[in-house]
Amino acid sequence: MRAKIIGAGLLAMGIALIFAGLSLGQEMSVLRKAIFVCLECIGIG
Amino acid sequence: MMARLRALGAEGKRRIVQVLAAVLYNANVGGFLKGEIYRGNSKKFCVPGLNCYSCPGAIASCPLGALQASLNSFPSAVPLYMLGILLVFGALLGRAICAFLCPFGLIQELLHKIPSRKLKKNAWTRRLTVIKYVVLVVMVIALPLYFLMVNGVVTPAFCKWLCPAGTLEGGVPLMITNESLRSQIGWLFSWKALVTVAVVVASVFIFRPFCRFICPLGAIYSLFNRVALFGVRVDKKKCTHCGACARVCKMDVRIVNDRECLRCGECVSRCPTGAISCKFMQKGGTNHEKTARTHAGAGASVLHGAGDGTQPGGGGGGSL
Repeated sequence: MRAKIIGAGLLAMGIALIFAGLSLGQEMSVLRKAIFVCLECIGIG
Repeated sequence: MMARLRALGAEGKRRIVQVLAAVLYNANVGGFLKGEIYRGNSKKFCVPGLNCYSCPGAIASCPLGALQASLNSFPSAVPLYMLGILLVFGALLGRAICAFLCPFGLIQELLHKIPSRKLKKNAWTRRLTVIKYVVLVVMVIALPLYFLMVNGVVTPAFCKWLCPAGTLEGGVPLMITNESLRSQIGWLFSWKALVTVAVVVASVFIFRPFCRFICPLGAIYSLFNRVALFGVRVDKKKCTHCGACARVCKMDVRIVNDRECLRCGECVSRCPTGAISCKFMQKGGTNHEKTARTHAGAGASVLHGAGDGTQPGGGGGGSL
């Protein structure tokens, strides 16, 4: 039961953090990185 | 069709989910033909498994790559968005993501189907599972921050020097179809190709070697296994502590639902008393690691758990 409560709490915290990050526009830094070929990832840069 | 689905065992159903996830993550099929990556808004979001966002087919981002990239604004801004995403994935599913929703895990499992002698898990392979936590701390967090301090920009160290998924899913398809990228191949690509080949070859002989020993994403999700809302539940009244579940498990579990458990569900059908089930919102167990270590060392096949006693297990090896 305790584990279930902790899990639910972490889930709620995660959702809150996502919304906090979205309000700060942090998803755009993810997008900006992802729409260009990551040269390091593919073994060039 | 429903009858056929029902007739599939746990592994068959899981395989369908794995394939569907891999196809969904990489739905931009045109990218493979053109040698270009997808640039749509869906790349703001992350898939739960390891799937390089430089794969031409990828329609969303890799959580590890995105986490490292979002460290660029540290310490002036903490990457709340990425931490939130990892928390949500972990708290919901834990390492079930590895078993069901990771394309690279699927690739390793399919390679392991190639007939060959298989290397057995043992006490040493269990010890080696700690390496992935070192990879997480050093290559995903410390080194990127170090390069941020020194160069003013994060270097995604894990992606750059280690990740075989990036090479296999991103590097190889792009090199085949994109001449301008192909002309820039150097020593780094050779190194990464070597790592990728090593993981591919190892996967034939060892079950999921990357997942067990190296994957930092698996390391992150393993921290949530005890509390994840989807988990494995053991009925204390039915469990006879025979240890069949841990013996049949191909991962380095000491007990069902510990940090190495992928929640694949294959132990469910092997339990002679039907004590194990995979459930959403299951009751978690307490930490049985200490008890498991004591009994495993003595070679005992019976483990007693504390707390709500949901975690039997067994010592000994099993084929990988």
